[in-house]
Amino acid sequence: MTTVTATSAQGESGAWRAALPHIAPFLGILALALLLPFVSNDYWALIGTRMAIYWVLVSGLNLVVGFAGHLAIGYVALLTLGAYTTSVLVAGNVTPAVPVFLALPIAGCVGALFGVIVGLPALRLRTFYFAMSTLGFATIVTQIALAWQSVTGGGIGIAGPEFPAPFDTPWGFYGLCVAVAAVATWMSANVARSRYGRALIAVRDAEVAAEATGISKPKMLIAIFLFAGALAAIAGGLFATLQTYITPDAFTFDLSVLFFIAILIGGRGSILGPMLGTIILTILPEIAAPLAAWSTFLYAVLLLVIVLVMPGGIAALLDFRNRRPLASNRAIVPRPAALADIVRRRTGGKHLKLRDIALSFGNVKAIDGLDLDVTAGQIHGLIGPNGSGKTTTLNVISGYYAAKAGTMTLGEDVLPPGQPALRAACGIARTFQTPRVIGEASVLENVMIGGSVEGRATFVEAMLSAPRNREDERMLAAKARALLGVVGLETLAEARADRLQHSELRFIEIARALMLDPDFLLLDEPAAGLSNDEIERLASLIKAISARGTGVLLVEHHADLIFDICHQVTVLNLGRTLAAGTPAEIRVHKEVVSAYLGG
Amino acid sequence: MLVSILASGLAAGAIYALVGVTYNTMFSTSRVMSFTAGQLAMLGGVLGSMFTLKMGMPIIVGFVLTLAACAIVGVITEFVAVRPVLKSLDQHLYVLSTLALALMIQQIAAIKWGTEPQPFPRVFGLGSGIWDEKFWLPVVACAVTIVALEYLYRRTLVGRAFVAIAEDNFAARALGLPERNLRVASYALAGVIGGIAGFSGGQLLLAFFANGALLNFYGFVPVALGGLGNNRGAIFGGLALGLFQQAANFLVGGIFSSVAVFTLFIVVLLAAPQGLFGGTTARRV
Repeated sequence: MTTVTATSAQGESGAWRAALPHIAPFLGILALALLLPFVSNDYWALIGTRMAIYWVLVSGLNLVVGFAGHLAIGYVALLTLGAYTTSVLVAGNVTPAVPVFLALPIAGCVGALFGVIVGLPALRLRTFYFAMSTLGFATIVTQIALAWQSVTGGGIGIAGPEFPAPFDTPWGFYGLCVAVAAVATWMSANVARSRYGRALIAVRDAEVAAEATGISKPKMLIAIFLFAGALAAIAGGLFATLQTYITPDAFTFDLSVLFFIAILIGGRGSILGPMLGTIILTILPEIAAPLAAWSTFLYAVLLLVIVLVMPGGIAALLDFRNRRPLASNRAIVPRPAALADIVRRRTGGKHLKLRDIALSFGNVKAIDGLDLDVTAGQIHGLIGPNGSGKTTTLNVISGYYAAKAGTMTLGEDVLPPGQPALRAACGIARTFQTPRVIGEASVLENVMIGGSVEGRATFVEAMLSAPRNREDERMLAAKARALLGVVGLETLAEARADRLQHSELRFIEIARALMLDPDFLLLDEPAAGLSNDEIERLASLIKAISARGTGVLLVEHHADLIFDICHQVTVLNLGRTLAAGTPAEIRVHKEVVSAYLGG
Repeated sequence: MLVSILASGLAAGAIYALVGVTYNTMFSTSRVMSFTAGQLAMLGGVLGSMFTLKMGMPIIVGFVLTLAACAIVGVITEFVAVRPVLKSLDQHLYVLSTLALALMIQQIAAIKWGTEPQPFPRVFGLGSGIWDEKFWLPVVACAVTIVALEYLYRRTLVGRAFVAIAEDNFAARALGLPERNLRVASYALAGVIGGIAGFSGGQLLLAFFANGALLNFYGFVPVALGGLGNNRGAIFGGLALGLFQQAANFLVGGIFSSVAVFTLFIVVLLAAPQGLFGGTTARRV
């Protein structure tokens, strides 16, 4: 444990210094916002207030669009909902009048609820469907606001809520909105920088790998839909006050477009970028007044230009760190010995047992009655010609496919078929034939993803940056750094993963899998695309992993690697076991030699 | 009442179905769902009214010009919003690029045409009451379009090439089919179908710039019901949606009919994500 404690102590002192460059721009913008009342007039108070209110909504929406990658184009509907809920509650034309500071949280709850309802299609389907459901919601909310006259006042509208002193002056209200915006920024930044924020990006860019690390997509998305919906509705309540009087006309689809485009201009996976985007888009029509009628057209042109020319947005422009070239002569030098400091040693040893597993796709029998035993602390090789069912076996074990027949047991327990997201909790980790890493995240963050199930803080704790969340973060970062040392990539920890070479991605995947401290590690062709030197290093790394008590199931085409390090080898052909035994037995097995190895 | 539900339901349903077919026609050759589908139908109404009422052209000339203009918009969609993002289809950038183009079309229509709904001329001047042409015209247009599409896809070489590309893009290119030109052609065809939807539904929906966003949603629901790329599903889905919506409209009132449609949409997506008429899931691992 020495390495881990040493790094975490170091992290404690350097944490503030490391975070400062990230926080400084936000403090700068806050300082400017606080200076505004002293240098300008009421007109700018209005614009500043509007900016702050828009940002309250966008800061939540940013997690949905920028982090989770779900294209919510109709969020004006939740703004409308919040505005009407607050106004109606305060006006008291349905219920007894409610004080405005109580009405806002209630509107937040209503917004959170509808945020989830609108988001439901996103749990099962991607992109266009979700975009459509938010668009549909935006269409019907306006229709309802128009038609439900007894409550909303229909086309005539309803008065917005009034705040008590000292918030009843333009600058007083401005101060309130800036304060709410600051809190919203703080909370969304906390979520973004916690394991929840990383998990969102993982689900967006590498959904399959995210499942293997135990991230539950529905839970994740529901949490942020609640959060974004609540913020949007609270922004709506403030917006109603700013407007003083609201009609359905106040909530045009143009507003939705503004929110959405602010995030895309800002850049995915960033908070500063969308904030600058919101500020720019709010000011733009003010300084170019003759263009006001064409503002939506301009936004649309901007959107098209960004998508086609600059997909990274402002955030990519500001990302100076990833412009520095990486060392070109770098080599991966794993230090397997360091594993002893990180991974706990296992004794006792469970078995992973497959009995009579069968799976077919249409008429093709991919696996046809397979028995397989993987023992803790041993390396089990799985070889065979292409299409013999090796990767399919791995996918059955890790739950991506549910076997049509047969049983899987881990120690005493039956492994439920399907349900890949539950495998991490059982101590089964894996890598993929084509590395599935998150290109836009740093190498360190990629590895930290692997430890998602080990975090103990809840979403709310992460949002409020509670002590338990900070502890989680320190633990995950320290462990990930140590594991990057083990696989020999610690110098690249801060680099964006999509800048790395293929062989390096393979080692990142192994480090990510080791974050789980797995009882069983499934490696799918880890040596593919590696140089001979790298394969040797990989071999010693795998040996060291199994020596700590982890059972390794290795699918590979490099026969030398298999015969060199495996304790047991199973040869598959056409979904059936052709032979099983020690490497020495397999090497001379007649059918294996003729079917696969060649002689 | 039942009769009026049937008449208005089938009419609205036929328009939704045609917009759904517009989505599918673009999807089949490019794997792209485009937000311009509803806008094309909106343009069908707005341009039709402009050519015939404002400029005083004969109906048939206005009709042909409208379809030609819509076809051009379809081709512009392909060039501006689809072709540049096809390389990285998995990033779903097309959602954004087509949305951007759709917003531009809508905004231009709003500024050049005005933001108030404006009347659409009588086409044949036939029928009254529930047999008014505004009810049966969309249904007839839908039926004619379907028959023509079936003829195109089954009997003509170009149509078969469309089907080949929709089935297996790589194999079709390996056979030497001009995939790019066929894609452009399918976008032009989608423009024509969208234009027909808007023109035939003009008397029902009026010439109104905001119809675009509305039809984007109501036209997508049948596609979601019927499964992506499935024209038959879109037709049944569209007619069913129209009847459902109008029934809800008559029975529980205007507010709740849109709520009912939205609820139906969410429930179907959750219960049958691939649509009611099937489709297969792609291999993930």
